Order: sequence, then C-alpha cells, then structure tokens
Amino acid sequence: MNKKTLGFKLVDMLYIAMMIIPIGFGIALKVLTTPLSEGISIAGAKIYFTLSMPVQNLPITESQVNSAIVIISALFLCLYLTHGIKGGIWLKRHHFAELIVEKSTSLVVNSMGEYFKSFAPFIAAILGLSGFSSLITLFGLFPPTSDINIVAGWAILVFVLITYYKMKCGPIEYAKSFANPVLMAPLNIISEIATPVSMAFRHYGNVLSGSVISVLVAAGLQGLSNIVFGALPGFLGNFPFLQVGLPAILSIYFDIFSGCLQAYIFAMLTMLYISGGFPLELYNERKKKKALKCEI
Amino acid sequence: MEIAISIILGCCALGAGFAMIAGIGPGIGEGNAVAKACEAIGRQPECKGDVTTTMLMGCAIAETTGLYALVIAILLLFVTPGMFIDILINTIG
Repeated sequence: MNKKTLGFKLVDMLYIAMMIIPIGFGIALKVLTTPLSEGISIAGAKIYFTLSMPVQNLPITESQVNSAIVIISALFLCLYLTHGIKGGIWLKRHHFAELIVEKSTSLVVNSMGEYFKSFAPFIAAILGLSGFSSLITLFGLFPPTSDINIVAGWAILVFVLITYYKMKCGPIEYAKSFANPVLMAPLNIISEIATPVSMAFRHYGNVLSGSVISVLVAAGLQGLSNIVFGALPGFLGNFPFLQVGLPAILSIYFDIFSGCLQAYIFAMLTMLYISGGFPLELYNERKKKKALKCEI
Repeated sequence: MEIAISIILGCCALGAGFAMIAGIGPGIGEGNAVAKACEAIGRQPECKGDVTTTMLMGCAIAETTGLYALVIAILLLFVTPGMFIDILINTIG
C-alpha cells in the first residue's frame, strides 16, 4: 500500500476543481444572459451565437453548451473516482467505482446476454449522460434532455447500432426480416423508422412536460400569493410567500425521480432493441459454416 | 387582420386541447399494468424487484402514444401560432 504524495493530492484537487468549474461556468453564463425583467416564461433553449457554415448556419444553443458541461463534469468525476486505482493507493471511492462497473456489467449481461458483454461501457455512458443531463436542473440550468435535438442525436446513434447488428448476417437476411409475411412489409418498415422517433419523443416529452408543469405551478402560486397576501404593506405585499418550498415537492418527482427513470428506460430500451434485433443463432450457424468452408 | 390572428390562436389552443384527449388511453393502459403488477406482487412477494422494473418498462412504452399527443399539443401551443402569424403577415403585408 502506497502513501498519498503531494502530487497525488494536487491532481485530486485539480479533478475536483474541473468537476465544479464547468457547472459554475454554466450558471454564470445563464445569469449573465438572462435579462432581469424577465418573469416566469416557457421558452426553448436560448441561442448564444450562430456559426456560419457552408450548407446551413450552425446555432450554438444553451442545450449544446449544457451537454458539453455535463460531459466534462462526468469525465472528471470518473477520473476522480478511479484516481490512483493502478498505483496501489487504497481509497474508499475505488469501491464506488468498482460497484458502478460491476452493476453495469451485470445489468448488461442479464438483459442482453453474454455475447454483448462488451456493451457495458456504452450502456453505462448513456445511462450516466442521460441521468446527469436531467439532474443538471438541480443547479438551475436548462436540461439538455428537454431539447429534442440532443435526444434525437442519441436515438439516431442507437438506431445505427440496431441496424448494424441486424445487418451482421448480411443485407439479404436484413431485407428478409422485413418481409416476414410479405404483405406486412410497409408496416414493418414504418415500425422500424418509428423506433428512434419514439425513443427520442419519450425521453424529451417526459422531461419537457415535467418542466412545463413546474413552471405553470410556480406561476399559478405567484398569482395566488398576490391575491392572498397582496394587501400586506410594502415589501411583504410583493413577496411570493406561497412559492417558497412548494414547487420543490414537485421537483422531487419531475426532476429527480422522472429524470433518473427516463435515463434507465432509455438505456433499457437501447439494450432490448439491440439484443432483440440481432439474430444470434443464425449468426452462430453462419460462423460455423464459414469455419467449415475454410477447413475444406 | 386581428380577427384572423385571433382565429389562428383560438384554433391552435382548441387543437392542443383536442390532442390531449389521447391522454385517456395511456391512463387506462398504465392503470391496468399497475393493477396486474400489484396482483403479481401479492401472489409472489419474493419477485417484487423484477415485477417492478418490468412494470416501469411497460408503463414507459404504454406512455408513448400519450407523449406523441403531448408533443403535438406543445407544438400547437408554443410554435405554430408564431409561424402561422408570420406567414399571414408576410402574405397580407
């Protein structure tokens, strides 16, 4: 067992700082770009600036910046958790890192089968990214998952993976899988296209509806407290007493529970679609045949 | 002009309201799913964890139609009125 050196502690501090700095940067950006007079309103992601690109202009929005913040923070969280794990330094947080790895591997093996064991880091990454993106609302930032562009990007990535694993037995088998009863081919194609659309809409709709309902409740409470306490003199008359604490109860469900649940469901559906679309037995048969041919 | 804008706004609000009628379906479906899950847990309390995770997955999938309606309603409330009014102003001038 080695001892912690000064350099080790300095790198630790650097990792913790790099976890916190992006979030602070996001909060500062939000505070600086929100005008003071703006009351409670339901709006999409703000566009910070627009890059001119050859085909179409590329707007850099709040959701892109916030998802970059989440990615950087999560990266340094992972580095912090596993820091010194190879140097033989015993730390309590290594157990936590091992727990995450073990849980994600067992989740993937249980629901996808032994063949897909190497998918564990990808699934854990999706789970973590989606979960942290929803939980970033706790810092008052705009959640990237309530922007359909971000979630649609993930869904398209998953769709590419599904198609790749369906194609593993060759394009002819892939085409055959659509025309199982030949008449049903158009419906099968539509249901194939509906997969990424429904995945994107499910995640985006849940997070967005949660934030819309919390904003509506907050606005309603403001109006109610104006009616009830409006007659009080001076500062007391304008202060929204009913807004203190009550929206936080909704936030427990909509931000914490719903965000984590949607992350879990997105990862679960990814696993189910990928392992469900891959014909493992057929693939093994073809592999055997190929091996036989090579021997002959 | 004002009448046209108010007709657009009113029809968008009505359309959003009608779209959310689709919320009935997921409500009934998820209620059924949870009822069956409760029965299953009552019959076999030892498999509570598996039943709960499966039920949550099923609920999420049953929710999809409701969420399509929700997305359409949100589009009708926040996106389409501005778009249509822009088109109207551009054409009439």
